[in-house]
Order: sequence, then C-alpha cells, then structure tokens
Amino acid sequence: MANMELQWYHVLIPFLPLTGFIINILLGREVTRYKAHWFAVSSVFGSWLCALATLQDVLAGKIIDADLYTWIISGTFKVGVGFLIDPLTAVMLIVVTTCATLIHIYAIGYMHGDTGYYRFFAYLNLFTFCMLMLVMGNNFLQLYFGWEGVGLCSYFLIGYYFNKKSAADAGKKAFIVNRFGDFGFGIGVFMVFLTFGTLHYADVFANVNSIAGKTVDFLGFNVDLPTLIALLLFCGAVGKSAQIPLHVWLPDAMEGPTPVSALIHAATMVTAGVFLVARCNPIFNLSEIAMNTVAIIGALTMFFAATIAITQNDIKRIIAFSTCSHLGYMFLACGVGAYAAGIFHLYTHAFFKALLFLAAGSVIHAVHTNNIQFMGGLKKYMPITYAVFVIAGLSAGGFPGLSGFFSKDEIIWSAYASHSSVGKFVWILALAGAFFTPFYTFRLIFRTFFGEYRGGLAAEEAATHAHSSSHSSSHDSHSSGHDPHGHGSSSHGSGHDSHGGHGPHESPYIMTVPLMFLAIGAVAAGWVGIPPLLGGGNHFAHFLQPVVGHPEFHATHAEEWGVMILSTTIALIGLGLSAFMYLRKTDLPERISKQFSLLYKILYNKYYVDEFYNLTIVQPTLKLANKILVGFTDAKIIEGIVNGVPNLIGIFSQKLRRLQTGIAHHYAIFMAAGAVFIVALIILLS
Amino acid sequence: MNFPLPDLNPVMPEILMTAFALIVLLLDLLIKKKEAVAVISIAGTAIISLSLLKTTGSTFGGMYIADGYSTFFKIIFFINVILTILISIKYIAVERVNYGEYYSLILFSTIGMMIMASASDLITLYLGLELMALSTYVLAGFIRHNLKSTESALKYFLLGAFSSGFLLYGISIVYGLTGTTDLRLIATFITERGLSGNLSLLLAIGMLTVAFGFKIAAAPFHMWAPDVYEGAPTSITAFMSVGPKAAGFAVIGRVFMIAFAAVKADWATILIPISILTMAVGNIVALSQTNIKRMLAYSSIAHAGYALLGIITANSEGISSMMNYLFIYAFMNIGAFAVIIMLRSEGIKGEDLSDYEGLSKTHPLAAALMLIFMFSLTGIPPTAGFIGKLYVFMAAINAGYTWLVIVAVIFSAISAYFYLRVVMYMYMRDPKTELPLTTSFTNGLALAVTTAAVLIIGVFPTMLVEFARAALKGF
Repeated sequence: MANMELQWYHVLIPFLPLTGFIINILLGREVTRYKAHWFAVSSVFGSWLCALATLQDVLAGKIIDADLYTWIISGTFKVGVGFLIDPLTAVMLIVVTTCATLIHIYAIGYMHGDTGYYRFFAYLNLFTFCMLMLVMGNNFLQLYFGWEGVGLCSYFLIGYYFNKKSAADAGKKAFIVNRFGDFGFGIGVFMVFLTFGTLHYADVFANVNSIAGKTVDFLGFNVDLPTLIALLLFCGAVGKSAQIPLHVWLPDAMEGPTPVSALIHAATMVTAGVFLVARCNPIFNLSEIAMNTVAIIGALTMFFAATIAITQNDIKRIIAFSTCSHLGYMFLACGVGAYAAGIFHLYTHAFFKALLFLAAGSVIHAVHTNNIQFMGGLKKYMPITYAVFVIAGLSAGGFPGLSGFFSKDEIIWSAYASHSSVGKFVWILALAGAFFTPFYTFRLIFRTFFGEYRGGLAAEEAATHAHSSSHSSSHDSHSSGHDPHGHGSSSHGSGHDSHGGHGPHESPYIMTVPLMFLAIGAVAAGWVGIPPLLGGGNHFAHFLQPVVGHPEFHATHAEEWGVMILSTTIALIGLGLSAFMYLRKTDLPERISKQFSLLYKILYNKYYVDEFYNLTIVQPTLKLANKILVGFTDAKIIEGIVNGVPNLIGIFSQKLRRLQTGIAHHYAIFMAAGAVFIVALIILLS
Repeated sequence: MNFPLPDLNPVMPEILMTAFALIVLLLDLLIKKKEAVAVISIAGTAIISLSLLKTTGSTFGGMYIADGYSTFFKIIFFINVILTILISIKYIAVERVNYGEYYSLILFSTIGMMIMASASDLITLYLGLELMALSTYVLAGFIRHNLKSTESALKYFLLGAFSSGFLLYGISIVYGLTGTTDLRLIATFITERGLSGNLSLLLAIGMLTVAFGFKIAAAPFHMWAPDVYEGAPTSITAFMSVGPKAAGFAVIGRVFMIAFAAVKADWATILIPISILTMAVGNIVALSQTNIKRMLAYSSIAHAGYALLGIITANSEGISSMMNYLFIYAFMNIGAFAVIIMLRSEGIKGEDLSDYEGLSKTHPLAAALMLIFMFSLTGIPPTAGFIGKLYVFMAAINAGYTWLVIVAVIFSAISAYFYLRVVMYMYMRDPKTELPLTTSFTNGLALAVTTAAVLIIGVFPTMLVEFARAALKGF
C-alpha cells in the first residue's frame, strides 16, 4: 500500500458538517430558522461526496496517515489533529456519511414545524463532525475527543424534548452509564501512553509486540499488560455500544427523536465500540483473555437482548434491543478474531437498522403512538413504509440473498471455524440469535401492518385512562418510551392533526425517498462480501485484510455449507413461527405468556436489570449522597471548605489590602524589608 | 590619533528610534492635529521595526549586543508601543490631555526598554533602565489636572529612585568584586576565581533582585504598582504593565543567566519565595478589588509570579517559556485595557466593576471581547493565556519544580474567581444604566489585533513556541 498526501477533500469530510453546525448554531434563531436544513443537509451531502472520492483513493491502494495540525508538543506527547485513512476508516466514512445524509433528509420531513428545528440540525451536524473525527483520527487522543463528542451530542439529542421529564432523564442516564465505560477507556488511553510513550496508532501498533507477555502491577495485582490495556479500552466499547452490563441506557435513549435513534443509536455512534476493537486489533490479538471476554460479552448481549425484544410492545424499544443484539454479533465476531466479519456486519447493519428505525418513525408519524398494540393493519394505509419495513426485516433476519444474510452468516461461520477456545460456545448462542432476530422483527411487522387498525393514539389514551383507574403503576414501563413527536401536534401541519377522521396515511416523499435508498442498501450493500462458497469473492474481507488481518480457518467446504444451511433454516423457522403465532393463531401469544407467566414477566421487564441497578447502585448512591454527603460531608466538610476557604482568603485579602496604605514611605519600608529578607536568606543558605 | 567609529549596525534600531522620537517631538510644534502625530508615530515605529530583521552582533566593545533574545523582546516592545498608541488616540482626548509630547515620551520609554534588552554591560543596562523609567514617570502623571494621576507619578518616581539605589549598590559590589561590568567577563571572573560561594557576590545578586523585582512588580517590591496603575492614564497603565515588565524580565534573564551562570542554584533559591509571594499577593488581593484597573494591577503582579517560574528553571526551555509568556501577556492585557478604555467617556469613569453589570445586553460585542481576554488571563483553552501558562509550568516540571507548579496552579485557580467575576457581572446581571461606549477606529483596530492574536496563538501555538526557541539560539 502506498502512502499518499492529505488532500483537500479528505480534510473537508469532517469539517463540512462542523461548518454547518457553526452556521446553524449562530444564525439559527434569527436567520436560518426553518431553512436550517439547507446548510445541514448540503454540508453532510458534501462530506458524502468527499468520502466517495476518499474511498476511490483507498481502493486504489493508497493509505493516508498525516498530521493536519499540532496544537501542543511536549516531548513525545503530541496534541493535535491527524488523519489516518485506511480501508477500515474508508468503510466507516461511507457508513457514516451515507446514513447521515439520508437521515438528515428524512429529518426535514420528520421534524417539520418543530420549534427547535435549527437546534436539531445543528446538533445532528455536530454529531456527524465528532463521529467523523472519531473514525478518521490517527491517534488515541483524537479518538477520545470524538468519543466524548459523540457522547455529548447523544446526550443533547436524547434530551432534545427537554421539557419532557422522561426524555431529560434518559439523556442523563445515557450520559452517566457511559461515564462508567469511559472511565476505563480513559485509563486505557493513559496506559497506552505510559506503555508506548506515544498516542499515535502507527507508533503504538508498530511496537505492540514489545509488550507481549509483559506484566504490570495494577492495584496490587500482577496482570498481563496487553490484557489490561485491551480490557480497559473495551470498557469504553461496552458503554458506548450498549453491551452487558452497560446496555441499559440504549432502550431509554429512544426518547430522542426517531432520526436520532436511527443515526446515533443504530447506524453510527453505538458502533464506535466495534470500530475501537477493530482499530486496536493488534493489542487485542495479544491477549486471549481479552479476546474471549469480547466474544462472550458480545454473545451474551446478543442472546439476552434478543430474548427481551420478543416481549416488548414499544416499536422503537424493540428495534433498540435488536440493535443491542446485533452489536453483540459484531463483538462476537471481533472476539473470535474475525474483525472483518464484525465490520462487515457493522456496515450492513447500518443500512437495515437505520431503515427499520426510519420506517418505524414513519409509522409513528402516522399513528402518533409507539405502542404496537394500538397499531395494526397499516399495510393498506402506508404501502411504501410497509414494503421497506419488510425488506429491512428480511435483511435483519438473515433472509438469503440480502445484506444481513451475508454478514450474519460470515459471523456464525467464523465463530464455528475459529480456533478461539470459546468459539463453539458463542456459535451456539449465535445460532439461537439467528432464530430470535426474524422472530421478533416479524412479530413487530405482523402486529404493525397486518390485521385490523387498532386505533393509534386515541385508542392508547383511552386504554391508559381505563388502566390508570384500576391499577395505576403496573404498566408504566411500556408507556414511557413514547416519541413525544406525535403528541402536542399543534405545531404540526393541519394535515396531521385530523388523523382521527380518516385514519393513518403515508408519510411525505421527503421521508419515504430516503427510506427507499436505505432499502437498496439493506438489499444490496452486502453483495460486496459474498463468500467464495456462493460464487463471490468476499471482496470486503480482502479489502480490510491489511488492517485487521484474516483469521485462519481449518474447516471443509462441507462444514461451511452445513453451517450456512443450518443457520438459514433456523432463521426461516423463526420467521415461520412468528407468522404462525401472529397471523394464524393470534391467540397463541397470549396463551403462551399466561402459561409461562414467570418467564414472560422476566423478559418483559428486561431481566430486571434496571431494577437491579436501581436497588444496588442508584438507590444506595442517592442514599449515600443524601445522608452522608449532603447531610454531613456537604454541610459540614465541603461547605465548610467551599465557603471557608474563600472566606479565609477573603479575610486574608482584606488584611493584605490594608497593607496598601497609599503612603510612599510605607512602600519603601516594605521594599527594604524585602531586601533584608533576601539578605537573611542568603546568609542562611551560605 | 585614529579613533575608529564602532560598528553601528547592531544599534541601528535604537539610533533610528531616537532620531524618530526627536522628530515626533518637533512635529508636535508644527502639527495642530495631535491625531496626525499619533499616526506618524505608529507608521514610523512600524517602519523602524523592519530594521530589527538585519541587526545582529555586538558592538561598543561588547557593551551592547543584538541577538535573537533581544530581538524577541524588541518585538514585544514594538507591539506594545503600537497597540498603546492605537488605544490612546481617542482616550487622551477624552481625558483632555491631548498633547503631542505624549507620543514622543512613549517612544523614548521604548528606546530605554530596547537598550535594556540589548545591554550586555551593567552600565548600559542602567542607562536604558533610567531612560525607560523617567519617561514612564512623566507619562504616569500625564493627566496634570488629576490629583490621582500626579500622585501616582510622584510615588512611582520616589520608589523608582529608591530601587535605582539598590541597583547601583548591586552593580558597585559586582564591580568591586570582579573589576568589570561586562556580563561575560563577570561570568568568567566568577568561575576562574571560584567566587561561587562568595557572600558579597550573593549580596550583590540580592540587591539586583530587589531592583529588578521592582521593575517587574514582584512582591514585596510591588506596592507602587496598584496605586500607579490606578492613577495613571489607562492607556499608560496598559503600556506600563507590558513594556517595563517585559524589559525587566529581559534584563533578569540576561544578567542572571549569563553573568551569574555559575551561581544558578543560589539565585533560583532567592527567586522561589519571591515568585510564590508574588503569585499569592497578586491573586489574593485582586479578590477584594472593585476597581477594575486596580484589579488588573494585581493581576499583572500575579502574572509576573508565573513568568518568574520560567527564570527559576534556569535553563533555555524555561527562558523561552518566559518569553512566550510575556509575548502572550502583551496581547491579552492590552486587549483587556482596550475594552476598559471604551467604557471611559466624558463625565463617566467606567472603572468600577459595577459598571460592567449587564454589559452583554447593552454592548454584546464589547462583553464578548472582554470575555475572551478574561478567559485568556485566567488561562482557559483555547486562548493564548492557556498556552503561556502551560509552557511555563511544563518547563518548571521538567526542571524538577513540580511542587512549585502545584502552588502556581492553586493560585491560578484562585485567580479564576476575580477574572470570571467580571464575566459574571457582564453576563449574569442586568444592566442598571446603559453606559455609552467611546468607540474609535483605532481602538477597534487594537481590539481586533489583540483578539486575533489571543485566539490564533491559542489555537496555533507552535509557531510562537518555535520562534522563542529559535530566538534563544546562541544566547
């Protein structure tokens, strides 16, 4: 691979969205207002064009590793902006800019008439900038900057409807949960610097073998250095990519507007963790423990999130759990050494998951509720949304020939064929996941688009009203996830207000056209990675090989066929069972949930993880904060210090000030005293 | 008898400046419009500054040297003089002291600073120092009809004379010990005769420290500063807080690093308590000030304490970080004064903190600029003030003074209180009365330059850092 100079269009990729952000945040309130999308969309579209040009460079075998700007240099410690553009970055650039462009366009329709229109687009642009800085950086510090930047934007956008308590709480939750992960990540970056004396990827990865087998004293334990660094970095990935045990923020994050869920909480930001692991693969490869941890955490998240998804009723939460689950697949792949397969799934997932979210947004836009119990029969009202939803569902479920099929099959096969000591274990879980994904996705589709229309918002309000009179608090968990977009629709055009009269209707073209483009991606994006077994060349894996290498498999073609047929059959069974339960025997789900009410309740309440955290972490922390910190430490010690020190300094200040008498010979005396002090010092020292 | 003319090339900028200052003094008699004198002064200074590019070497038998170090400081002086004149033009008219000799005095004072920066002999040094000081005494009392102004000039003069006494005492001891006033010869003499532990030598260093400490307003020789800064015309306060301070540091750097190189450890030990005391007094007393000029006087004392850290390290990294610091300080401090000057108008002093209440609502641009300068003085990135502190602290840590940096950082945190209090007044409070702003093109230009410099150095610091490092080559 040849090196290449940094070109202007490489630099424009992140900075165009930044420009859009600056224009809208400064001029949004007075000038751009409801034209904010012109700057926002054109800047992101420009990034996309530049990303295509960049992809061409990379396809031509060029690699760019250049420092654009250095802020501070101190010895080997450098703070600045630099870009590393290699195949991995190129893939991420295409994913981020394509999804961002389509979602920006979609948001024009979805956010139409919202009072914070310019603010929304400004944050969305800022997010895109941070995400691009994250994937393009050539050093850990820039990665960290982008990492915190996307986290901040995510916080802004989850709490976009900040008047709504649940949205503000969800934003806070996402931020706090991520702090746990980022704490480890930050220490990890420090460890990298302490170990290698530099933060540049190229220098770190070139010397990575020098730390193999070294141990270090960490909190009194003698631990393997590569394992320690890899696991600390992985902490950040667990938080950002919503893996067990830090997955709890993602479902709540659905409080944000749907385009945000699609862009940040499905296609791009949450995949940053996978990118991190793939980028740092030279470090992870040194530690079997770290690799197995990644694989097992991924597999467990994939399995548990999928099982939760089958019982949920909030359309966006179902997709959110599905996202958790698919991110688990990606980590599973990375954990068994098949980084290319993980990134491949990241790439296909971006398309079908963004599509699922945006289509769900289109549905919510029409029925003004998130609860699938009050949807149904939308097929005839919203044909385009229906069509793309099915395409996305099939792709997500791994239906042969679609994008999702190739990437998921690659992962399942890699898990089976790898030398990883946990390979077979995660393989079993991956197969189980292959059953659940089509099952819950099509449960969602059947409940939403088939059957009779069950009344939308009006019906839901009636139901919650009736509910709240009998047992008020038992069901609040499923009504908390509503997109407030539908409510308070006074700001909406008059066409949306009168939905009660003539039922839901299809969304405008500004929303459906981006859906169609994403649908093309959901079908065809995976065709670049068709395995040789099916007559393809797996170009995707070859493309990434210089960065992430290629795992060595020793398995026969027959086995590969067998695994593929097995996983496909399982997926089709899942789909079929879903059809059977939700189309044919529609009373069956109810009966099953009654029969296995304990299991159902556990799944419905997401294994009570939130409750567990509430009991073990949140409540004790609050109690500690209230009783000890506020009551004692805060009132006595902290306030004592916080008020006392300034008071003391203030008193001191007043006293010292009085020395300034304004009389010249007093000043001369002080000078003389100073001279005497210096002389005394000299005599004392010599 | 053959009496060869010394090489005048190294001293050419000073010769040109002297001639120019005299011309300006004469022009004042011919030109009625004093603004024209100001414009000529700026233009002439700017043209003469180009002569800095070509002058290197030493002359007058080694009494005078033009090197990278002196050139760097002279650039600060030129920036200082041009920015000061820019902010003065409208201001001295408002104060009704629009006399032409104002500009020539500023120029003469600057010549004094230039001589100080280039002095490689204690006598040359004294010459420059007095030229600078005498001109500034007059400038401090320039508002003749104002008691505070004349009082401050008198105080400055009396205490300045006192400090000159210390300086001459120190110089005479050094001469008595070594038989020379040439800095390099002093250094050679000290090493050759093994004078490093000599009590008289240390005593001389102590006396010089007092005199130089007075010039940079280091505690406990700082007491003139608040009174003089408050009483002097605001433009001159800006001028004094940058120029003479930088000149003082230039002299400390050269004398201590070259003449007393052999006793680095000793003078560093003397400077450490002074630096701590300076940071403490500056930052703590600033807390209880309500007059913003007085507050900035204490702030200026505190900044001298930070910059002293660079000297204490006694290595080239520290000296170059001190140079950076002063370069950056020139812009952020004059910028802050340029905002203060805008609030002074006919009949309104506009110096009290309460005058800044709600400024963001009445004059949002002025408030935003003040915010930038206050952030920079506090040392918040991405402003230049952060860069200045960072490099000084880094140099001190690398030289093993970690504990001293911790002390400096604590005082720096305290300083945030009084700098950000100005911001709080501007942004969090409602305006009581709407103060008029005295705006002018030249003041606006000064603000534009200082703001741009504060932000550009903050974002692209490497150029300045490399420049300062390069300037120290061959020092």
